[in-house]
Amino acid sequence: MGLISFLKRKFGKHSAEEEQKIIDAETDRREQIQQKKAEKIQQQIDKPVQVIGDFGQVVKNPCPDDLKKAEEEAIKNRPKQIEIKSHEEIKKEVVVETEETKKAVTKYVAGLDKSRLGFTDKLNRLAHSHRKVNKEYLDALEAILFEADVSYDIIVDVLKEISQIATDKDVPPDEVNDILIDKLFISYANDGDSFSTDLNFAKNGPTVVFICGVNGSGKTTTIAKLAYKYKNRGKKILLVAADTFRSGAVEQLEIWAKRVGVDIISKPQSDPASLCYDALKKGLEDKYDLIFIDTAGRLQNKKALMDELSKMVRVIHKVIPDAPHEALLVLDANTGQNGIDQALVFLTSAPLTGIVVTKMDGTSKGGIILSIRHRLGLPVRFIGLGEKMDDLEEFDLDKYLYGLLIGKENDK
Amino acid sequence: MAFEALGDRLSGIIKKIRGQATLTEKNMDDMLQEVRRALLEADVNYSVVSGFISEVKEEAIGQKVLNKVSPGDMVVKIVHDKMETLLGAGDNDICFRLDGKPTVIMMVGLQGTGKTTSAAKLGNLFERKNHKRILLGALDIYRPAAIDQLINLGLKCDPAIDTYFDRSGTLPPQIAKAAYEKAVKEKYDILILDTAGRLEIDEKLMQELKDIQSTVHVDETLLTVDAMVGQNATNVALTFSQTIKITGLIMTKLDGDSRGGAALSIKKMTGLPIKYAGVGEKMEDLENFHPDRMASRILGMGDIVSLVEEVQAKLDEKQAEKTSRRMMNGQFDLTDMLSIMKQMNKLGPLGKIMRMLPGVPKLSEEQMEQAQALLKKTEVIINSMTREERRSPNIIKSSRKLRIAHGSGSTPSEVTKLIESFENMKKQMTMMKNNPMLMSRFGRK
Repeated sequence: MGLISFLKRKFGKHSAEEEQKIIDAETDRREQIQQKKAEKIQQQIDKPVQVIGDFGQVVKNPCPDDLKKAEEEAIKNRPKQIEIKSHEEIKKEVVVETEETKKAVTKYVAGLDKSRLGFTDKLNRLAHSHRKVNKEYLDALEAILFEADVSYDIIVDVLKEISQIATDKDVPPDEVNDILIDKLFISYANDGDSFSTDLNFAKNGPTVVFICGVNGSGKTTTIAKLAYKYKNRGKKILLVAADTFRSGAVEQLEIWAKRVGVDIISKPQSDPASLCYDALKKGLEDKYDLIFIDTAGRLQNKKALMDELSKMVRVIHKVIPDAPHEALLVLDANTGQNGIDQALVFLTSAPLTGIVVTKMDGTSKGGIILSIRHRLGLPVRFIGLGEKMDDLEEFDLDKYLYGLLIGKENDK
Repeated sequence: MAFEALGDRLSGIIKKIRGQATLTEKNMDDMLQEVRRALLEADVNYSVVSGFISEVKEEAIGQKVLNKVSPGDMVVKIVHDKMETLLGAGDNDICFRLDGKPTVIMMVGLQGTGKTTSAAKLGNLFERKNHKRILLGALDIYRPAAIDQLINLGLKCDPAIDTYFDRSGTLPPQIAKAAYEKAVKEKYDILILDTAGRLEIDEKLMQELKDIQSTVHVDETLLTVDAMVGQNATNVALTFSQTIKITGLIMTKLDGDSRGGAALSIKKMTGLPIKYAGVGEKMEDLENFHPDRMASRILGMGDIVSLVEEVQAKLDEKQAEKTSRRMMNGQFDLTDMLSIMKQMNKLGPLGKIMRMLPGVPKLSEEQMEQAQALLKKTEVIINSMTREERRSPNIIKSSRKLRIAHGSGSTPSEVTKLIESFENMKKQMTMMKNNPMLMSRFGRK
C-alpha cells in the first residue's frame, strides 16, 4: 500500500458510517487483547506459590519465619487481576482517542498548510504538467527539493535513484513522486521503533530536561509550552532560568512561569552551572516531577560557550547521576544547510536525546526534519505548529506527513 | 627580464594551443559546477543560483585568461568579483535627517532573527561614531520581557541609551507616536523602534507595521535576516518588502559558521541594500557590511578563497613590481609606503600575518591591537599630506607638521615619529641596494 493511501485511510475524512465501522473494529480488537491479557494473568495467579525453590538456593536451612515472610511477599507480588472493561467502556475510550487524534491532525494540517502549498502542491502540479520523466522534469524536481531546504547530499542521492528507476522502468511522473516521498522518509520508517514521543521520565526522583540551541531558535518559548503541557498532566514543575547572559531572558521565563503557574529558580548574572546545581538540589528536596533547564542561546562555533554547556551537563550529572534524562536541541524550521552542523556540534557538548523543531507554522518547508534523521539518527520529539500555548505537539511522523502531503485536500 | 618576457609569451602560445587562452563554455564547465554546489550549500536560493551561474557564464565567455592562471581559477575570480559588486550595490549608509527632526529607524523581521539586539547595537554605533543622541522605542508588547530586554541593552551601552516604553496595553502605533513626540521634545537625534517578530504572512501583524509607518514618519525600515536561514529567506524578504516599505537589511549572527547565502538571494531578488552585519554578542559587535568578505564566505571553501586571492595577487603583481623598482632606485617615498601598507592590509589583520611569520615573538592580543592601530594611524597621517609632502618629506617643518597633525587628528610629535621611521626605512633600502649579496637573495622570479 502506498504511503499516501495509508495516510488517507488513517487520518482522512470518513463518512459517519465508515467511522462507526472503524471504531467498532478498533473496539473489538482491544477487547480481544484485553481478553488474552486477562487469561495470561489468571494462569499466573492460579500457579501455586513456590517459595522453597527460589529461597533454598540462598539459605540452606530457612527458618519458618523467613519462609512465611517470603510466601507472603510472593503472594503480594503476584500480578493483580486486571480490571475487565465492558465493551461500552472500551468503545468510549476509542471514541475519545479518535477525537483527540482528529484534533491533533487538525493542528498539523493547519500548521503545515503553508509548507504544503510550497512543497506538495508544487510536486503535484509538476506531475500534472509532464507526461514523461525527462531531464526537464528532474531539474524541476531538484528545484523543489532544494527550495525545501533538504540537504545537498540527500538530494543528489535521491535524484540519482529516481532517474535510474524512471529510465529503467518508464514510470509515469505521479508514480515517481510517490516513490520520491517513500525514499525521502524511508529512514524514518526504518527506525520506527526508536520513536518515543513522550518525555522519557526518570524511574524515581525528578526528571531533568535540558534545553539548548542557537540564539533565537525559540528555547524559552518551547520550555513555556512544554511546562504548560505537563502541568496539565498534573506534574509538579520547576523551571530553571540558566540563561543568565541574555538581557531579559530571566524576566521572559519568569513571566511564562507566572502565566503557566509553575515554579522558577533564577539567579541573574550567576554562573549557569552553579545555578543548575542549586536547582537540582531544590528539585530533589522539594520533590519536583519535572525540571526544565533553559540555557543561553549559543552559536556552535563558539568554543568557550560550548564548553560552558558541557560543564553544565557535568554538574547536572553529578547531582543526579542519570540526568539529564532528556537533552533537547531546539532548531528553527527556517534553518538552512547549517542546521546539521549545529546539531553535530551540540551533540559533542550535550547528550542530545532529540530535537524540537520550532516555527513550523511559517512558510519554510522544514526540510531540516529530513536531514536530521538521515544524518544524525536523532528523533524529532516535538514540533511547534503555532504561537498558542498548546501549539507544541508531540512529533508524529504519520500526522506530519498527512499535514505536509495531503492536508486540506481531503476536505473536498 | 628579457627572458621572462619570452617565457610569458611561450606559455601564452601553449595556452592557445590547449584552448585555454580565453574562457569557453567547455573549459568553464567543471568549475561552474563546483561553484553551483558551493552556492547551494551556502543556502543561496535555488533559482537565484541558476540565474547567477548563467549570467556569469555569459559574461565570462571570451574573456582572456591571465598568464599563470588556469581557466577555472579565472572563473572563480569572476564569480567572486561579480558577487562582491552585487552584494555591495545600493546605498549602504543610513541617511540622517538634516531638518532638525529626529531620524526614525524601525527594525522588523521574523521571530528570533535579532531585532532587539540589533536595535540596541545600532543605537550604540550611532552614539559612538556619529555622536548622536539616541532614543530606543519598545514596540514589542507581545513577547514576554521583550521590553525589559531592550531597556537592559540600552543601559549596557556607554553612555547608557534611554528607552521609551509603555506597559499599559497601548498599541504599538500609538506607542511609536508617543516615543516620537518624546524624541522631538527632548531633542533626540535618532529614534530606533524595536517591533515584535512576526511571520510575513500574518496579515494582522503586518497591518500593524503599516499603521506604525503611517502614524510616524519612518525614515529607515530595516529587515533583520538571520545568517543561518535557508531557502525560505527570499520569500520572507520579498513578502515583507511587498507589504511594507523596507529600506535595507541587517544580516545577523554572522559570527556563526553558516555561509549566509541568504544575503545573495535577498539582494538579487529584492535589490535592497545590506547595511550592517551583526558579528557578536557584545554591543560593539555591529559592523558596516563588507561585500568582499561576504562573497568569500558564501563561496566558502577555503581553497576557493585562496584561489581568488592568488589570482588577485597576480593582478596586483604589476603594481608591486613598480613599487619595488622605485624602492631599489632610491626613489621610495611616502606614497609607496602607503601602497605597501595597503597591500599588507589586504592580506588580513596584522595579528594573523605576524603569527605566521617564523621567529616573531608571540604578541599579546593587546599588543597586536596596538600595532594595528598604529598602522591605521600612519595611513591617516600620510593621507593628510599633500602630494608634494609625500614625495619629499624633508620639507615638512613645524607649520606643515601642525597642519598635518590637525588634519589627521594626531599630535605633531606623532608626525615627526612617522617621518623618522620613514627615513630609517629609506636608509635600510639604500643599504640593501648597495649590498649585492642581499640583492641576489631578495630575488626576482
